[in-house]
Amino acid sequence: MKYALYTGCAAKGACPELYQSTMHVTKRLGIEVVEMLNAACCGAGVITEADPDLALAINARTFAQAEALGLNIMTICGTCQGVMGMANYRLKTEEGLLDRINALLAPEGVKYNGRVEVKHLLWIIVGDIGIDALQRYVTRPLENLRIAPFYGCYILRPSKVLGFDDPENPVSLEKLISALSAHPVDYEGRTKCCGFPLVLEKEPIAIGMVGANLKEAKDELADALVTPCPLCHMNLDIYQERAEKKIGEKLALPILHLPQLIGLAMGFTPKELGLSRHLVSTKKVVEKIQLKV
Amino acid sequence: MRVTLHIQKFNPEIDSKPYEEPYRLDIGRGTTVLEALMRLKNETDGTLTFRYACRSAICGSCAMEINGTEKLACMTQIRPELERHGEVRVGPLKNLPLIKDLVVAMQPFWEKIQSIRPWLDPLPHEQVDPIAMRNAYKAFNNVEACIMCGACVAACTVYEVSKSFIGPAALAKAYRFVADPREAAVPERLQRLQGDGGIWDCTRCNYCVEVCPKDVKPMEAITLLRRASIQSGLTQTLGSRHITSFVDIIRHEGRLNEGLMPMKVIGFRIKDFLRILPLGIKMFLKGKVPFPFRLKPAIPGIKEVRALFKARDEQRKGPM
Ligand code: SF4
Ligand code: SF4
Ligand code: SF4
Ligand code: SF4
Ligand code: FES
Repeated sequence: MKYALYTGCAAKGACPELYQSTMHVTKRLGIEVVEMLNAACCGAGVITEADPDLALAINARTFAQAEALGLNIMTICGTCQGVMGMANYRLKTEEGLLDRINALLAPEGVKYNGRVEVKHLLWIIVGDIGIDALQRYVTRPLENLRIAPFYGCYILRPSKVLGFDDPENPVSLEKLISALSAHPVDYEGRTKCCGFPLVLEKEPIAIGMVGANLKEAKDELADALVTPCPLCHMNLDIYQERAEKKIGEKLALPILHLPQLIGLAMGFTPKELGLSRHLVSTKKVVEKIQLKV
Repeated sequence: MRVTLHIQKFNPEIDSKPYEEPYRLDIGRGTTVLEALMRLKNETDGTLTFRYACRSAICGSCAMEINGTEKLACMTQIRPELERHGEVRVGPLKNLPLIKDLVVAMQPFWEKIQSIRPWLDPLPHEQVDPIAMRNAYKAFNNVEACIMCGACVAACTVYEVSKSFIGPAALAKAYRFVADPREAAVPERLQRLQGDGGIWDCTRCNYCVEVCPKDVKPMEAITLLRRASIQSGLTQTLGSRHITSFVDIIRHEGRLNEGLMPMKVIGFRIKDFLRILPLGIKMFLKGKVPFPFRLKPAIPGIKEVRALFKARDEQRKGPM
C-alpha cells in the first residue's frame, strides 16, 4: 500500500507530534508514504471564501502532483480531507470546471486529469486495512481506557461529498477505539464543531463550544479524547484551560491525535508519539496504561 | 411490522422535566414519523402534542429531532430510520424554548428573520439591470427554497452556545436580498451583518447544509455574504482579516505560517494581542509555534503558487 502523504500545514507547524506519530504508525502498518513536500496549503475553507477558483486551482495543483506520482493522496487532517475532498468532487463532477481550472495551471505546465482520490488515514485504516488486521498490530491493549471520539466537522459533512461515515451515526472512530481494546465513550458532542475557525476573532464563542463538548465527554467519564483533525486538537487542547474558566469546571481531558492513540496500542513510547507536546498533560492516560512518561 | 417509538413528552403543568415514553404500533413500508404520531394521537394518547399542517414538506411546521438529527417528520420514513439507527427516538428541536412535548416556541426564530429586514428596498424600476434580472434566480443559490422550518437553527453549533447569532436561516434570507438586482440598500445590508451575531460568527461547521430538507445550503449563503463584504471593502472585522491574512500568507509562503497568522489578523489591536499572548508563550514552550519570520518560509514550488495567485488577480482585475 502506497500513498502520497499530504501532511497539511498543522502537522508541519503547530502539531509536529501529529507528523511524528503518523510516520511511526504508517510504517508499522506497512503503508509506504511519499511526502508531498511541494504541495501548497489546501486553503482550509478560508481561501474559497475570498476566491473559490483560486482555492480550486491550488488544490488541483496538489492533485496533479499525486497524479504524476501515480498515487492517491492520504490526508491526516480532517479539515484538509473536507476541503480537498470537496475540491476534488467539484472538479470531477461540475461540467467545464476542470478545464477552467486547468487553464489557470497551464502556464506552469501543470494539468490535473481528475484521476486522484483523497483519503484520510482513518478511512484507510478502517476501510482498506480493516479493523481485524489492525488488531494484529496491537501489542499493548488499551483495556482500561475510556476514549471519547471527536470527529469534527469536515470529515463528516457535507456527507454528500465525503460519504465515508454516516454523519448522523458515524462508527469509524468507535470501531477503531474498540479494536485497540479501549472503550468508546458515547456523547452528543462527538459530531459537533470545536469552534476552531472562530478562535482568533470570536474567542468567547469558540471556547464555549470547547467547554460544552468536553464537558459532555467528561460527564461520560472519558479518560481522553481522540480526534482525526489537528485543528480540533489545537482548539480542544490549547484553549481547554480557558474553556474550564468559562464553564467553571475542571476538565483536564487529554486530547490525542488519531495516530497517537493507535501508536500507544502498538507499543510506541510516549516520547516517540510526542505526547509531552500538548498543553493539557497526557500523564493520566499514560499512567493508566502503565507506562512511564 | 410492529415497532416502538421513543417519544419525548413534557407537560409544563405537571412535569418538572422532559422524559421519554415508549409507544408501540404497527407500521407499513412507507409510514412516516408524522403519520405514526397522528395515529398515536388518535388511537393511543390524545395528549401527544406536535405541529403539522401540509404533510408534504411544504409548510415547514413539523421539524423535530429524529434520532438526534433535525428532520421533517412528514418527510422521514420510520423503516430507514430503524435500519440506520436500530431505534426511533423522537424529540423537539433543540436550542428553541420547549412548550409541550414536540412543540417549541418559534418566536426567537422569527425575530431573527425579522431582524434582517426580509423585504425589498426597491430600486426605481428603470435602474434595475434587466440582464441581471434574468439571472437573479440562479444568483439566489436556492435560498428561496427555504420553508422556515427551523431545522438548521436547531442544529447550528454556534447558535447552541451564542443565542445572539442571527443564525443560518436568517442569514440565508439576508443573502437573498443582497443578491437581488432590484435591491437598493445592499451596502447598508452588508454593513448591518458585520457586528456581533452577524456573518463572522459562523464557524463553518456545515450542520445547516447537512440537515436542511430543502437544500438551501445556508453556510454557502454566509460564504457569499462574506465574499460580498470583502469585495465591497468591509475588511476591518477580525473575521474578514482572518481571510485576507490567510490568503496573503499562502500567496507568499505557499503554506500557513502559524506564528505569523495571529499577528496579521490582530494587527495593532493591543487588547486582542494581550489576549492571545499568554497562549502563544505556552505553545512556544511546547515547540508548537514556528518562528514567524523563518529564513526560508516558502514551499519549494512557491513560484508556481504565486503564478496562480497572479493569474487569478488578473482575471478578477486587482488583488483580493
Ligand atoms: S486544513 Fe489547515 S492545516 Fe490542513 S492544509 Fe489545510 S490549511 Fe493547512
Ligand atoms: S471541529 Fe473544528 S477544527 Fe475540527 S473540523 Fe470542525 S471546525 Fe475544524
Ligand atoms: S455552518 Fe455556520 S450557520 Fe451553519 S450550522 Fe454551522 S455555524 Fe451555524
Ligand atoms: S434553511 Fe433549510 S433548514 Fe433552515 S429553515 Fe430554511 S428550510 Fe429549514
Ligand atoms: S407537515 Fe408541513 S413540512 Fe411537514
